[in-house]
Amino acid sequence: MSTHGLSGAVIRPLHGLLLAFPIALFTFALFTDIAYLRTAEIQWTNFSAWLITGALVFGGLAGVFSIVDFVFGRSRRALIHLVALALAWVLGLVNAFKHSQDAWSSVGAFGVILSILCTILVLVAGWTAYAARESVR
Amino acid sequence: MNKNLLAASAATLAMALTVASCGNASDPKLNQTGATPDLPQVNETLVPAMKISPPAGWNGETPTVPAGFTVSAFATDLKIPRQMLVLPNGDVLIAEGRGGHAPPLRPKDVIAGVIKKQGNTKIKGGNRITLLRDANNDGIPELRTVLVENLDAPYGLAYVDGSLYVAEQGALVRFAFQPGQTGIATPAERVTELPSRINHHWTKSLTVSADGTKLYVGIGSNSNVGERGMAAEEERAVVWEIDRATGARRTIATGIRNPTALAIEPTTSLLWSVVNERDELGPQLVPDYLTQVKDGAFYGWPYSYWGQNRDPRVMPQNPEMVAKAIAPDYALGSHVAALGIDFARNGGFGGSFANGAFIGMHGSWNRQDPSGYKVAWVPFNGGRPAGPPVDFATGFLKNGEARGRPVGVAFDPNKRVLLVADDLSNTVWRIAPTQ
Repeated sequence: MSTHGLSGAVIRPLHGLLLAFPIALFTFALFTDIAYLRTAEIQWTNFSAWLITGALVFGGLAGVFSIVDFVFGRSRRALIHLVALALAWVLGLVNAFKHSQDAWSSVGAFGVILSILCTILVLVAGWTAYAARESVR
Repeated sequence: MNKNLLAASAATLAMALTVASCGNASDPKLNQTGATPDLPQVNETLVPAMKISPPAGWNGETPTVPAGFTVSAFATDLKIPRQMLVLPNGDVLIAEGRGGHAPPLRPKDVIAGVIKKQGNTKIKGGNRITLLRDANNDGIPELRTVLVENLDAPYGLAYVDGSLYVAEQGALVRFAFQPGQTGIATPAERVTELPSRINHHWTKSLTVSADGTKLYVGIGSNSNVGERGMAAEEERAVVWEIDRATGARRTIATGIRNPTALAIEPTTSLLWSVVNERDELGPQLVPDYLTQVKDGAFYGWPYSYWGQNRDPRVMPQNPEMVAKAIAPDYALGSHVAALGIDFARNGGFGGSFANGAFIGMHGSWNRQDPSGYKVAWVPFNGGRPAGPPVDFATGFLKNGEARGRPVGVAFDPNKRVLLVADDLSNTVWRIAPTQ
Protein backbone atom coordinates (compact mmCIF):
# COMPACT_ATOMS: atom_id res chain seq x y z
CA MET A 1 0.00 0.00 0.00
CA SER A 2 1.40 3.36 -0.96
CA THR A 3 1.76 6.19 1.54
CA HIS A 4 -1.09 7.97 -0.17
CA GLY A 5 -3.23 4.83 0.06
CA LEU A 6 -2.49 4.35 3.77
CA SER A 7 -3.29 7.97 4.38
CA GLY A 8 -6.59 7.72 2.55
CA ALA A 9 -7.64 4.35 4.00
CA VAL A 10 -6.60 4.73 7.64
CA ILE A 11 -5.07 7.99 8.76
CA ARG A 12 -7.60 10.43 7.35
CA PRO A 13 -10.70 8.54 8.51
CA LEU A 14 -9.13 8.03 11.94
CA HIS A 15 -8.27 11.72 12.19
CA GLY A 16 -11.80 12.61 11.17
CA LEU A 17 -13.37 10.25 13.70
CA LEU A 18 -11.20 11.49 16.54
CA LEU A 19 -11.90 15.10 15.63
CA ALA A 20 -15.64 14.46 15.70
CA PHE A 21 -15.48 13.88 19.47
CA PRO A 22 -14.22 17.29 20.63
CA ILE A 23 -16.55 18.96 18.13
CA ALA A 24 -19.57 17.21 19.64
CA LEU A 25 -18.38 17.19 23.27
CA PHE A 26 -17.27 20.82 23.57
CA THR A 27 -20.52 21.87 21.90
CA PHE A 28 -22.61 19.76 24.26
CA ALA A 29 -20.68 21.08 27.25
CA LEU A 30 -21.79 24.56 26.19
CA PHE A 31 -25.40 23.37 26.21
CA THR A 32 -25.09 21.67 29.61
CA ASP A 33 -23.34 24.76 31.04
CA ILE A 34 -26.24 26.91 29.88
CA ALA A 35 -28.68 24.40 31.33
CA TYR A 36 -26.85 24.57 34.68
CA LEU A 37 -26.82 28.36 34.74
CA ARG A 38 -30.54 28.41 33.97
CA THR A 39 -31.61 25.73 36.47
CA ALA A 40 -28.84 25.46 39.14
CA GLU A 41 -29.43 21.70 38.81
CA ILE A 42 -26.07 20.21 39.81
CA GLN A 43 -26.22 17.27 37.44
CA TRP A 44 -25.82 19.58 34.42
CA THR A 45 -22.43 20.80 35.57
CA ASN A 46 -21.41 17.20 36.31
CA PHE A 47 -22.24 16.41 32.68
CA SER A 48 -20.20 19.40 31.53
CA ALA A 49 -17.16 18.24 33.52
CA TRP A 50 -17.20 14.80 31.86
CA LEU A 51 -17.95 16.21 28.38
CA ILE A 52 -15.00 18.59 28.62
CA THR A 53 -12.74 15.79 29.88
CA GLY A 54 -13.80 13.60 26.96
CA ALA A 55 -13.19 16.46 24.53
CA LEU A 56 -9.67 16.87 25.92
CA VAL A 57 -8.83 13.17 25.60
CA PHE A 58 -10.07 12.76 22.03
CA GLY A 59 -9.08 16.29 21.02
CA GLY A 60 -5.54 15.57 22.20
CA LEU A 61 -5.36 12.41 20.10
CA ALA A 62 -6.79 14.24 17.09
CA GLY A 63 -4.20 16.97 17.68
CA VAL A 64 -1.35 14.50 17.16
CA PHE A 65 -2.71 13.82 13.67
CA SER A 66 -3.18 17.54 13.09
CA ILE A 67 0.45 18.26 13.97
CA VAL A 68 1.65 15.55 11.60
CA ASP A 69 -0.67 16.94 8.93
CA PHE A 70 0.76 20.41 9.30
CA VAL A 71 4.39 19.27 9.43
CA PHE A 72 4.04 17.26 6.22
CA GLY A 73 1.55 19.46 4.43
CA ARG A 74 2.66 22.96 5.51
CA SER A 75 -0.61 24.34 4.18
CA ARG A 76 -2.22 27.47 5.60
CA ARG A 77 -5.43 25.55 6.18
CA ALA A 78 -3.62 22.89 8.19
CA LEU A 79 -2.07 25.66 10.27
CA ILE A 80 -5.37 27.40 10.97
CA HIS A 81 -6.86 24.03 11.86
CA LEU A 82 -3.99 23.19 14.18
CA VAL A 83 -3.98 26.58 15.91
CA ALA A 84 -7.76 26.53 16.42
CA LEU A 85 -7.67 23.00 17.81
CA ALA A 86 -4.70 23.76 20.08
CA LEU A 87 -6.39 26.88 21.45
CA ALA A 88 -9.62 24.97 22.00
CA TRP A 89 -7.65 22.29 23.84
CA VAL A 90 -5.78 24.69 26.13
CA LEU A 91 -8.89 26.74 26.92
CA GLY A 92 -10.70 23.42 27.43
CA LEU A 93 -8.03 22.40 29.95
CA VAL A 94 -8.54 25.66 31.83
CA ASN A 95 -12.26 25.01 31.66
CA ALA A 96 -11.80 21.49 33.04
CA PHE A 97 -10.15 23.03 36.11
CA LYS A 98 -12.87 25.65 36.28
CA HIS A 99 -15.44 22.86 36.25
CA SER A 100 -13.62 21.13 39.11
CA GLN A 101 -14.61 23.96 41.43
CA ASP A 102 -17.68 23.36 43.54
CA ALA A 103 -21.32 24.24 42.88
CA TRP A 104 -21.91 27.58 41.12
CA SER A 105 -18.18 28.25 40.78
CA SER A 106 -17.91 25.16 38.56
CA VAL A 107 -19.41 27.18 35.71
CA GLY A 108 -20.20 30.83 36.42
CA ALA A 109 -19.56 33.52 33.80
CA PHE A 110 -15.94 32.47 33.23
CA GLY A 111 -16.84 28.83 32.65
CA VAL A 112 -19.55 29.51 30.12
CA ILE A 113 -17.32 32.03 28.27
CA LEU A 114 -14.64 29.36 28.03
CA SER A 115 -17.23 26.90 26.76
CA ILE A 116 -18.35 29.38 24.08
CA LEU A 117 -14.74 29.97 22.98
CA CYS A 118 -13.97 26.24 22.93
CA THR A 119 -17.07 25.58 20.85
CA ILE A 120 -16.26 28.30 18.30
CA LEU A 121 -12.61 27.24 18.05
CA VAL A 122 -13.38 23.55 17.69
CA LEU A 123 -15.99 24.32 15.02
CA VAL A 124 -13.35 26.34 13.13
CA ALA A 125 -10.90 23.46 13.56
CA GLY A 126 -13.46 20.99 12.26
CA TRP A 127 -14.52 23.21 9.39
CA THR A 128 -10.97 23.75 8.15
CA ALA A 129 -10.09 20.07 8.52
CA TYR A 130 -13.12 18.76 6.66
CA ALA A 131 -12.93 21.50 4.00
CA ALA A 132 -9.28 20.58 3.43
CA ARG A 133 -10.28 16.97 3.01
CA GLU A 134 -12.70 17.83 0.22
CA SER A 135 -10.08 19.94 -1.57
CA VAL A 136 -7.60 17.05 -1.47
CA ARG A 137 -9.85 14.95 -3.66
CA MET B 1 1.46 35.67 8.21
CA ASN B 2 1.90 32.13 9.45
CA LYS B 3 4.51 33.33 11.94
CA ASN B 4 2.17 36.00 13.29
CA LEU B 5 -0.59 33.48 13.75
CA LEU B 6 1.75 31.12 15.57
CA ALA B 7 3.08 33.89 17.80
CA ALA B 8 -0.43 35.10 18.65
CA SER B 9 -1.58 31.62 19.54
CA ALA B 10 1.54 30.97 21.63
CA ALA B 11 0.85 34.17 23.59
CA THR B 12 -2.75 33.07 24.20
CA LEU B 13 -1.60 29.68 25.39
CA ALA B 14 0.86 31.26 27.82
CA MET B 15 -1.86 33.53 29.19
CA ALA B 16 -4.27 30.66 29.62
CA LEU B 17 -1.68 28.62 31.49
CA THR B 18 -0.89 31.55 33.79
CA VAL B 19 -4.56 31.88 34.65
CA ALA B 20 -4.63 28.19 35.44
CA SER B 21 -1.71 28.27 37.86
CA CYS B 22 -1.96 27.56 41.57
CA GLY B 23 -3.20 29.74 44.39
CA ASN B 24 -1.55 32.07 46.84
CA ALA B 25 0.42 31.17 49.92
CA SER B 26 -1.13 31.97 53.25
CA ASP B 27 -0.38 35.16 55.17
CA PRO B 28 1.29 34.40 58.51
CA LYS B 29 0.22 37.78 59.88
CA LEU B 30 -3.43 36.75 59.98
CA ASN B 31 -4.59 35.48 63.36
CA GLN B 32 -6.92 32.61 62.57
CA THR B 33 -7.66 31.41 66.09
CA GLY B 34 -9.93 32.62 68.86
CA ALA B 35 -13.32 34.26 68.94
CA THR B 36 -12.75 36.76 66.11
CA PRO B 37 -10.39 35.24 63.52
CA ASP B 38 -9.00 37.34 60.67
CA LEU B 39 -10.82 36.28 57.52
CA PRO B 40 -9.17 37.14 54.18
CA GLN B 41 -11.04 37.68 50.91
CA VAL B 42 -12.34 34.62 49.10
CA ASN B 43 -9.55 33.32 46.88
CA GLU B 44 -10.79 30.56 44.60
CA THR B 45 -8.12 29.09 42.34
CA LEU B 46 -8.53 27.06 39.18
CA VAL B 47 -6.12 24.41 40.37
CA PRO B 48 -7.05 23.66 43.97
CA ALA B 49 -4.05 23.73 46.26
CA MET B 50 -3.25 20.19 47.33
CA LYS B 51 -0.23 19.43 49.45
CA ILE B 52 -0.01 15.89 50.71
CA SER B 53 2.53 15.36 53.46
CA PRO B 54 3.93 11.96 52.49
CA PRO B 55 3.77 9.40 55.29
CA ALA B 56 7.01 8.51 57.05
CA GLY B 57 7.64 6.23 60.01
CA TRP B 58 8.41 7.41 63.56
CA ASN B 59 11.61 5.30 63.54
CA GLY B 60 11.61 5.02 67.31
CA GLU B 61 10.95 8.72 67.85
CA THR B 62 7.82 10.06 69.54
CA PRO B 63 5.70 13.22 69.43
CA THR B 64 7.00 16.29 71.24
CA VAL B 65 5.22 17.17 74.50
CA PRO B 66 5.64 20.06 76.97
CA ALA B 67 8.34 19.99 79.66
CA GLY B 68 7.21 17.92 82.61
CA PHE B 69 5.39 15.40 80.44
CA THR B 70 6.37 12.08 78.98
CA VAL B 71 4.97 10.38 75.89
CA SER B 72 4.99 6.74 74.85
CA ALA B 73 3.21 4.41 72.47
CA PHE B 74 0.31 2.90 74.43
CA ALA B 75 -0.78 0.61 71.60
CA THR B 76 0.60 0.02 68.11
CA ASP B 77 -0.46 -1.97 65.04
CA LEU B 78 -4.05 -0.87 65.35
CA LYS B 79 -6.33 -0.76 62.31
CA ILE B 80 -7.09 2.93 61.82
CA PRO B 81 -7.84 4.12 65.39
CA ARG B 82 -10.27 7.06 65.46
CA GLN B 83 -12.20 7.93 68.61
CA MET B 84 -11.58 6.56 72.09
CA LEU B 85 -13.49 6.24 75.33
CA VAL B 86 -12.20 5.85 78.87
CA LEU B 87 -14.66 3.69 80.83
CA PRO B 88 -15.49 4.29 84.51
CA ASN B 89 -13.13 1.44 85.51
CA GLY B 90 -10.25 2.94 83.48
CA ASP B 91 -10.38 0.53 80.54
CA VAL B 92 -9.87 2.24 77.19
CA LEU B 93 -11.97 1.54 74.12
CA ILE B 94 -10.70 2.38 70.64
CA ALA B 95 -12.98 2.52 67.59
CA GLU B 96 -11.12 1.42 64.48
CA GLY B 97 -12.26 1.67 60.89
CA ARG B 98 -12.82 3.68 57.77
CA GLY B 99 -16.15 4.34 56.11
CA GLY B 100 -17.65 6.30 53.28
CA HIS B 101 -18.96 5.07 49.97
CA ALA B 102 -19.39 8.29 48.04
CA PRO B 103 -19.19 7.49 44.33
CA PRO B 104 -17.00 9.80 42.22
CA LEU B 105 -19.32 12.22 40.44
CA ARG B 106 -16.82 14.19 38.42
CA PRO B 107 -13.30 13.64 37.03
CA LYS B 108 -12.13 15.77 39.96
CA ASP B 109 -13.39 13.20 42.48
CA VAL B 110 -11.39 10.46 40.79
CA ILE B 111 -8.18 12.52 40.74
CA ALA B 112 -8.56 13.96 44.26
CA GLY B 113 -9.27 10.47 45.61
CA VAL B 114 -5.98 9.15 44.24
CA ILE B 115 -4.04 12.13 45.62
CA LYS B 116 -5.60 12.06 49.10
CA LYS B 117 -4.88 8.35 49.37
CA GLN B 118 -1.15 9.16 49.32
CA GLY B 119 -1.48 10.86 52.72
CA ASN B 120 -3.30 8.03 54.49
CA THR B 121 -2.41 4.66 55.94
CA LYS B 122 -2.44 1.66 53.60
CA ILE B 123 -3.92 -0.52 56.36
CA LYS B 124 -7.52 -1.67 55.99
CA GLY B 125 -9.86 -0.38 58.71
CA GLY B 126 -10.55 -2.82 61.55
CA ASN B 127 -14.31 -2.20 61.85
CA ARG B 128 -13.94 -3.21 65.48
CA ILE B 129 -13.46 -1.90 68.98
CA THR B 130 -10.26 -2.76 70.80
CA LEU B 131 -10.11 -2.75 74.63
CA LEU B 132 -6.91 -1.83 76.48
CA ARG B 133 -6.41 -2.24 80.23
CA ASP B 134 -3.58 -0.58 82.11
CA ALA B 135 -4.82 -0.91 85.68
CA ASN B 136 -1.46 -0.10 87.30
CA ASN B 137 -1.02 2.97 85.06
CA ASP B 138 2.55 2.13 84.06
CA GLY B 139 1.84 2.96 80.44
CA ILE B 140 1.97 -0.68 79.33
CA PRO B 141 -1.45 -2.34 78.96
CA GLU B 142 -1.66 -5.71 80.69
CA LEU B 143 -4.58 -6.63 78.50
CA ARG B 144 -5.36 -5.97 74.87
CA THR B 145 -8.37 -7.59 73.29
CA VAL B 146 -10.93 -7.06 70.57
CA LEU B 147 -14.14 -6.21 72.41
CA VAL B 148 -16.43 -6.44 69.39
CA GLU B 149 -15.83 -6.78 65.65
CA ASN B 150 -17.66 -6.81 62.31
CA LEU B 151 -18.94 -3.31 62.88
CA ASP B 152 -19.65 -0.87 60.06
CA ALA B 153 -17.06 1.91 60.37
CA PRO B 154 -17.50 2.57 64.12
CA TYR B 155 -16.52 6.08 65.21
CA GLY B 156 -18.34 7.77 68.11
CA LEU B 157 -18.42 5.94 71.47
CA ALA B 158 -20.38 6.56 74.66
CA TYR B 159 -21.02 4.58 77.80
CA VAL B 160 -23.84 5.13 80.25
CA ASP B 161 -25.38 2.89 82.87
CA GLY B 162 -24.92 -0.60 81.44
CA SER B 163 -25.10 0.50 77.82
CA LEU B 164 -22.24 0.93 75.36
CA TYR B 165 -23.32 3.06 72.39
CA VAL B 166 -21.43 2.93 69.11
CA ALA B 167 -22.07 5.34 66.25
CA GLU B 168 -21.43 3.37 63.09
CA GLN B 169 -21.47 5.16 59.74
CA GLY B 170 -25.11 4.21 59.15
CA ALA B 171 -26.64 3.46 62.55
CA LEU B 172 -26.42 4.12 66.25
CA VAL B 173 -26.21 0.76 68.01
CA ARG B 174 -26.27 -0.28 71.67
CA PHE B 175 -24.59 -3.18 73.41
CA ALA B 176 -25.50 -4.36 76.91
CA PHE B 177 -22.16 -3.91 78.64
CA GLN B 178 -20.63 -3.56 82.08
CA PRO B 179 -17.17 -2.07 82.60
CA GLY B 180 -14.79 -4.91 83.33
CA GLN B 181 -16.21 -7.02 80.52
CA THR B 182 -13.55 -7.92 77.96
CA GLY B 183 -15.81 -9.32 75.28
CA ILE B 184 -19.30 -8.78 73.95
CA ALA B 185 -21.27 -11.81 72.86
CA THR B 186 -24.73 -10.30 72.70
CA PRO B 187 -25.81 -8.85 69.37
CA ALA B 188 -26.04 -5.12 68.74
CA GLU B 189 -29.40 -3.50 69.25
CA ARG B 190 -30.16 -0.77 66.72
CA VAL B 191 -31.13 2.47 68.46
CA THR B 192 -31.68 4.43 65.28
CA GLU B 193 -30.57 4.62 61.69
CA LEU B 194 -28.26 7.49 60.84
CA PRO B 195 -28.19 9.29 57.48
CA SER B 196 -25.75 7.32 55.35
CA ARG B 197 -26.67 7.78 51.69
CA ILE B 198 -23.48 8.76 49.80
CA ASN B 199 -21.74 9.50 53.16
CA HIS B 200 -19.25 12.04 51.81
CA HIS B 201 -18.46 12.80 55.47
CA TRP B 202 -19.09 9.40 57.01
CA THR B 203 -17.93 9.84 60.61
CA LYS B 204 -20.73 9.93 63.19
CA SER B 205 -19.58 11.51 66.41
CA LEU B 206 -21.26 10.70 69.71
CA THR B 207 -21.43 11.73 73.33
CA VAL B 208 -23.83 11.51 76.23
CA SER B 209 -25.28 14.34 78.31
CA ALA B 210 -23.98 14.89 81.84
CA ASP B 211 -27.16 13.46 83.38
CA GLY B 212 -27.04 10.42 81.10
CA THR B 213 -30.52 10.91 79.64
CA LYS B 214 -29.61 12.21 76.18
CA LEU B 215 -27.28 11.06 73.42
CA TYR B 216 -25.84 13.53 70.94
CA VAL B 217 -24.85 12.48 67.42
CA GLY B 218 -22.86 14.68 65.02
CA ILE B 219 -23.67 14.09 61.34
CA GLY B 220 -21.44 15.69 58.69
CA SER B 221 -22.49 17.25 55.40
CA ASN B 222 -22.70 15.18 52.23
CA SER B 223 -20.44 17.49 50.22
CA ASN B 224 -17.96 20.31 50.50
CA VAL B 225 -20.49 23.03 49.80
CA GLY B 226 -23.60 21.49 48.27
CA GLU B 227 -22.03 20.25 45.02
CA ARG B 228 -23.94 16.97 45.27
CA GLY B 229 -27.21 18.86 45.23
CA MET B 230 -29.20 20.00 48.26
CA ALA B 231 -31.45 16.94 48.13
CA ALA B 232 -28.46 14.91 49.37
CA GLU B 233 -28.18 17.21 52.40
CA GLU B 234 -31.35 16.28 54.22
CA GLU B 235 -30.48 15.81 57.91
CA ARG B 236 -26.81 16.38 57.12
CA ALA B 237 -24.53 18.96 58.77
CA VAL B 238 -26.59 18.62 61.95
CA VAL B 239 -26.38 17.49 65.55
CA TRP B 240 -29.10 15.17 66.78
CA GLU B 241 -30.29 14.75 70.33
CA ILE B 242 -31.68 11.30 71.08
CA ASP B 243 -33.66 10.57 74.23
CA ARG B 244 -32.26 7.36 75.74
CA ALA B 245 -35.53 6.31 77.30
CA THR B 246 -37.88 6.85 74.36
CA GLY B 247 -35.53 6.86 71.37
CA ALA B 248 -37.12 10.11 70.17
CA ARG B 249 -34.77 12.32 68.25
CA ARG B 250 -34.60 16.04 67.67
CA THR B 251 -32.26 18.09 65.49
CA ILE B 252 -30.70 20.65 67.81
CA ALA B 253 -28.21 22.37 65.49
CA THR B 254 -28.07 22.79 61.72
CA GLY B 255 -25.62 24.21 59.18
CA ILE B 256 -22.80 22.75 61.29
CA ARG B 257 -20.73 21.38 58.39
CA ASN B 258 -18.86 18.47 59.90
CA PRO B 259 -19.12 18.06 63.69
CA THR B 260 -16.36 15.46 64.00
CA ALA B 261 -16.23 15.13 67.78
CA LEU B 262 -18.53 16.06 70.66
CA ALA B 263 -17.84 16.51 74.37
CA ILE B 264 -19.54 17.86 77.48
CA GLU B 265 -17.86 20.82 79.18
CA PRO B 266 -17.53 19.64 82.81
CA THR B 267 -18.22 22.89 84.71
CA THR B 268 -21.38 23.84 82.79
CA SER B 269 -22.50 20.42 81.45
CA LEU B 270 -22.99 22.11 78.04
CA LEU B 271 -22.38 20.34 74.72
CA TRP B 272 -19.34 21.39 72.66
CA SER B 273 -18.11 20.26 69.26
CA VAL B 274 -15.13 20.61 66.98
CA VAL B 275 -16.29 21.28 63.44
CA ASN B 276 -14.52 21.11 60.08
CA GLU B 277 -15.34 23.92 57.71
CA ARG B 278 -15.42 24.15 53.92
CA ASP B 279 -12.54 24.01 51.42
CA GLU B 280 -11.47 25.72 48.21
CA LEU B 281 -12.02 29.33 49.23
CA GLY B 282 -8.29 29.82 49.82
CA PRO B 283 -5.57 28.65 52.22
CA GLN B 284 -7.01 30.73 55.08
CA LEU B 285 -10.71 30.10 54.60
CA VAL B 286 -12.60 28.82 56.37
CA PRO B 287 -11.25 28.29 59.91
CA ASP B 288 -12.28 25.02 61.53
CA TYR B 289 -13.86 25.75 64.87
CA LEU B 290 -14.70 24.80 68.42
CA THR B 291 -18.17 25.79 69.53
CA GLN B 292 -20.78 25.25 72.12
CA VAL B 293 -23.64 23.56 70.25
CA LYS B 294 -26.51 25.91 70.99
CA ASP B 295 -30.01 24.50 70.84
CA GLY B 296 -31.75 25.73 67.68
CA ALA B 297 -28.64 27.35 66.23
CA PHE B 298 -27.90 27.52 62.49
CA TYR B 299 -24.16 27.77 61.83
CA GLY B 300 -24.37 28.86 58.19
CA TRP B 301 -23.42 25.87 56.05
CA PRO B 302 -23.65 25.92 53.10
CA TYR B 303 -24.95 29.45 52.58
CA SER B 304 -22.47 31.33 54.73
CA TYR B 305 -19.38 30.81 56.86
CA TRP B 306 -18.23 32.18 60.21
CA GLY B 307 -21.58 33.77 60.80
CA GLN B 308 -22.94 35.66 57.84
CA ASN B 309 -20.05 35.68 55.34
CA ARG B 310 -21.84 34.61 52.18
CA ASP B 311 -20.38 31.69 50.20
CA PRO B 312 -20.59 32.70 46.51
CA ARG B 313 -20.69 29.10 45.32
CA VAL B 314 -24.12 28.21 46.67
CA MET B 315 -26.92 28.77 44.18
CA PRO B 316 -29.71 29.55 44.66
CA GLN B 317 -28.53 31.72 47.49
CA ASN B 318 -30.59 31.97 50.63
CA PRO B 319 -30.43 35.41 52.28
CA GLU B 320 -33.04 34.45 54.90
CA MET B 321 -30.88 31.57 56.12
CA VAL B 322 -27.72 33.72 55.99
CA ALA B 323 -29.49 36.25 58.21
CA LYS B 324 -30.13 33.48 60.76
CA ALA B 325 -26.57 32.17 60.83
CA ILE B 326 -24.61 32.63 64.03
CA ALA B 327 -20.83 32.70 64.35
CA PRO B 328 -19.21 29.83 66.25
CA ASP B 329 -17.36 30.44 69.52
CA TYR B 330 -13.71 29.84 68.76
CA ALA B 331 -11.63 29.41 65.58
CA LEU B 332 -8.93 26.73 65.54
CA GLY B 333 -7.23 27.66 62.24
CA SER B 334 -8.01 26.98 58.58
CA HIS B 335 -7.83 23.41 57.28
CA VAL B 336 -6.35 22.04 60.55
CA ALA B 337 -8.98 19.26 60.39
CA ALA B 338 -9.92 19.10 64.06
CA LEU B 339 -11.16 15.54 64.68
CA GLY B 340 -10.87 15.15 68.43
CA ILE B 341 -11.96 16.93 71.59
CA ASP B 342 -11.90 16.07 75.25
CA PHE B 343 -12.05 18.29 78.29
CA ALA B 344 -9.64 18.16 81.20
CA ARG B 345 -11.60 17.16 84.31
CA ASN B 346 -10.96 17.03 88.04
CA GLY B 347 -8.12 19.55 87.79
CA GLY B 348 -6.69 18.12 84.56
CA PHE B 349 -2.89 18.09 84.61
CA GLY B 350 -2.84 21.09 86.97
CA GLY B 351 -0.90 24.30 86.29
CA SER B 352 -1.71 25.79 82.90
CA PHE B 353 -3.41 22.54 81.80
CA ALA B 354 -6.04 22.44 84.54
CA ASN B 355 -9.12 23.80 82.85
CA GLY B 356 -9.68 23.50 79.09
CA ALA B 357 -9.96 21.24 76.09
CA PHE B 358 -7.51 19.07 74.20
CA ILE B 359 -8.07 19.21 70.44
CA GLY B 360 -6.73 16.57 68.01
CA MET B 361 -5.87 18.07 64.61
CA HIS B 362 -5.52 15.60 61.76
CA GLY B 363 -3.78 18.14 59.53
CA SER B 364 -4.39 19.79 56.17
CA TRP B 365 -4.13 18.38 52.68
CA ASN B 366 -5.48 21.32 50.73
CA ARG B 367 -3.15 24.22 51.28
CA GLN B 368 0.49 24.71 50.36
CA ASP B 369 1.76 25.28 53.91
CA PRO B 370 0.47 22.43 56.09
CA SER B 371 -1.59 23.30 59.17
CA GLY B 372 -2.75 21.14 62.06
CA TYR B 373 -0.85 17.86 62.58
CA LYS B 374 -0.83 18.37 66.35
CA VAL B 375 -2.78 18.25 69.57
CA ALA B 376 -3.68 21.72 70.79
CA TRP B 377 -4.85 22.89 74.21
CA VAL B 378 -7.56 25.55 74.47
CA PRO B 379 -7.71 27.02 77.98
CA PHE B 380 -11.20 27.55 79.45
CA ASN B 381 -12.45 29.75 82.23
CA GLY B 382 -16.02 29.77 83.51
CA GLY B 383 -16.99 27.24 80.85
CA ARG B 384 -15.77 29.43 77.96
CA PRO B 385 -12.51 29.50 75.97
CA ALA B 386 -10.10 31.93 77.61
CA GLY B 387 -6.99 32.66 75.63
CA PRO B 388 -5.14 31.52 72.53
CA PRO B 389 -4.58 27.82 71.81
CA VAL B 390 -1.30 26.25 72.95
CA ASP B 391 0.54 23.38 71.28
CA PHE B 392 0.34 20.31 73.50
CA ALA B 393 1.71 17.54 71.29
CA THR B 394 3.63 18.28 68.09
CA GLY B 395 6.21 16.59 65.88
CA PHE B 396 3.63 14.72 63.84
CA LEU B 397 5.04 16.56 60.84
CA LYS B 398 8.80 16.52 60.31
CA ASN B 399 10.65 17.92 57.28
CA GLY B 400 7.39 18.00 55.34
CA GLU B 401 6.68 14.32 56.00
CA ALA B 402 3.80 13.15 58.16
CA ARG B 403 4.79 10.65 60.82
CA GLY B 404 1.37 10.64 62.40
CA ARG B 405 -2.03 12.28 62.19
CA PRO B 406 -3.94 12.87 65.43
CA VAL B 407 -7.63 11.99 65.55
CA GLY B 408 -9.47 11.35 68.82
CA VAL B 409 -8.17 12.49 72.19
CA ALA B 410 -9.28 11.11 75.57
CA PHE B 411 -8.41 12.48 78.99
CA ASP B 412 -8.51 10.06 81.92
CA PRO B 413 -9.07 12.20 85.03
CA ASN B 414 -8.31 9.36 87.44
CA LYS B 415 -4.98 8.33 85.98
CA ARG B 416 -4.20 11.88 84.74
CA VAL B 417 -3.31 10.66 81.28
CA LEU B 418 -4.12 11.97 77.81
CA LEU B 419 -4.50 9.42 75.03
CA VAL B 420 -4.12 10.45 71.39
CA ALA B 421 -5.23 8.21 68.52
CA ASP B 422 -2.95 8.47 65.45
CA ASP B 423 -4.56 6.96 62.36
CA LEU B 424 -1.49 7.23 60.14
CA SER B 425 0.99 5.26 62.26
CA ASN B 426 -1.95 3.27 63.74
CA THR B 427 -0.78 4.08 67.24
CA VAL B 428 -2.38 5.35 70.44
CA TRP B 429 -0.01 7.72 72.22
CA ARG B 430 -0.08 8.13 75.99
CA ILE B 431 0.94 11.48 77.45
CA ALA B 432 1.38 11.70 81.22
CA PRO B 433 3.13 13.98 83.71
CA THR B 434 6.70 12.88 84.39
CA GLN B 435 6.76 11.03 87.72
